[in-house]
Amino acid sequence: MSTLIEADNLEKIYRRGNEDVNALNGISFRIEKGEIVTIVGPSGSGKTTLVNILGCLDNPTRGKLTLDGEAIFKDGLELTESELTEIRRKYFGYIFQKFFLIPTLTVRENILLPSVFQKRFKANDKYLQDVLELLGIEKRGDFLPKEISGGELQRVAIARALINNPKILIADEPTGNLDSKRSEEIKELLLELNKINGLSIILVTHNPELAKIGSKTLTILDGKLSRQG
Amino acid sequence: MNIMQVAGKNLRRRKVRTAFTIIGIALSSWVLVTLLGFNKGYEASLNKDIDDMGFQIVLTAKGCPYEAATLMLKGGTGLRYMEEDVVKSVYEAGEVDEVTPMLMHAEFDPNKGENGGTTVYLGIDPATYPHMKPYNQFAQGDWFKSGEKEKEVVLGYEAAELEQREAGDTFLIGEDEYLVTGVLKRSGTQDDGMIFLPLSTAQSVFDKSGKITMLGIKLDKDADIPAFEEELYKLPDVQVVSMAQVKNTIMSLVTSAKVIVMSIVVIAFAIAMFGVLNTVLMSVFERYQEIGILKSMGAMPFDIFKMVLFETTILCGIGGIIGVSFAILISGASEFAIRYFIPFAPTGGLIQISTNLAVISVAAIIAIGLLGGIYPALRAAAIRPLSAIRSEE
Repeated sequence: MSTLIEADNLEKIYRRGNEDVNALNGISFRIEKGEIVTIVGPSGSGKTTLVNILGCLDNPTRGKLTLDGEAIFKDGLELTESELTEIRRKYFGYIFQKFFLIPTLTVRENILLPSVFQKRFKANDKYLQDVLELLGIEKRGDFLPKEISGGELQRVAIARALINNPKILIADEPTGNLDSKRSEEIKELLLELNKINGLSIILVTHNPELAKIGSKTLTILDGKLSRQG
Repeated sequence: MNIMQVAGKNLRRRKVRTAFTIIGIALSSWVLVTLLGFNKGYEASLNKDIDDMGFQIVLTAKGCPYEAATLMLKGGTGLRYMEEDVVKSVYEAGEVDEVTPMLMHAEFDPNKGENGGTTVYLGIDPATYPHMKPYNQFAQGDWFKSGEKEKEVVLGYEAAELEQREAGDTFLIGEDEYLVTGVLKRSGTQDDGMIFLPLSTAQSVFDKSGKITMLGIKLDKDADIPAFEEELYKLPDVQVVSMAQVKNTIMSLVTSAKVIVMSIVVIAFAIAMFGVLNTVLMSVFERYQEIGILKSMGAMPFDIFKMVLFETTILCGIGGIIGVSFAILISGASEFAIRYFIPFAPTGGLIQISTNLAVISVAAIIAIGLLGGIYPALRAAAIRPLSAIRSEE
């Protein structure tokens, strides 16, 4: 396996009032292609900050991040929103705790939404059908989000994250809004995506069961990487 | 699927709010297109009325120019008189093709209608008037059969209806009986309400021997009208009213009204624009997280800017089309209302909404709406995905 993500001494300092808060304090690690990495830690430890930087939703204050051999963040160089968007288009799909589906669009339209905004990869009908089948929602394409269950909503959100054929799937508490049965289904699904497609997955979770699927676990404590393994 | 379709579906989220915004825009575009159509229609109808008069210049006794203008187009009150001899002087001024002297007389008739009304008589020269007014056509009968000094009348269309007279009937002026020789077809001009009688008969019955109220003058084809007017000004105690002056006089009367009306249009526009701004801005705030997520999925700031502006365009496009269609549909009722309120309304269509005007109005509404949509679109484009994601916590 070759290295997909290399984080080198990442730091993030927030300004809160007159005080500087070190949300990340010199974190370094590697993620290989096709790996599932779980990020765990107590609330406020900095795991969401870390995943936001890894997912190019935010700039680090210091440190270096390399994606698939391409240096994204270097010390002192802050990327603009448009530059970050270009990188996100190229590499990432996201799943959040809330599903953020557009209520007036059908399941099919919600899934296709990312491809409206980018031309790098346009999902054809077969690809869409494959994704729908993979996620077991092929019969829900014409339904509105309000017409399907919570588990199905998260599957739609996952399908939407996959529609642009990303290299990395970032999932921030993907089972946070689901019961244990639905959580188990999503866990199986993520494993299947990793196995079948070789998709690299970065998973932030409080759910110990879900955290077990990672081939590597990064434990964050007070903005520092306390354990890796 | 494209950004336009996404924008269209976004508007279906709050159907009632979207509907009210569209109604607001439709009302503004209705006002806009009706008033612009009125501006166009009023001038065109006035021009037609003046062209239909059959003469380019009218000579009246000296007096109020507004009264003179009204006299020409609608029949006036407080009439002034001049000597019939003025005809000779006018011919001497040169370049005259033909003149036709007229004596107007207005009389209050307490038996007319519910509260009484004014009957307007026009003494005309049977030798000249009929062919200077070629558009006058008869529904029944013809002009006077016996010429001057006979007790004959011709009734305008509405006058005949009001008096319930037909050709061949008798018509009373005072105690005297007159023969109705003809009834004119509806012309849409002031002639419809007029009772015509031979000039000399009118002078005799209204005790205005040798007097006339106005003289219609038709000039030679290549006549120098301003130079001719200058010549006429040299005549004592007469007032020269050219068609251009009449037009200007009436237009100056309505211009002040138009200024007020256009101010209302501007206010209606501003209300529509702020309505759009408010609706779209609220919608952007409501979708703060969602827009942030769209950006995390790869939407560029300009994509979001476009999406919000498309929403505005759809709102304004639908509102504009509904408003313009409504304006066309009820232009008859609007015209009725305008006629009621303005001091002088020419005959013919007062509100003329052409295809060009309709298209330009919809385009103007969309442009104004887009102006109102720029700020919300910029706000939406500036939403950072990270802020949106954090706001869920």
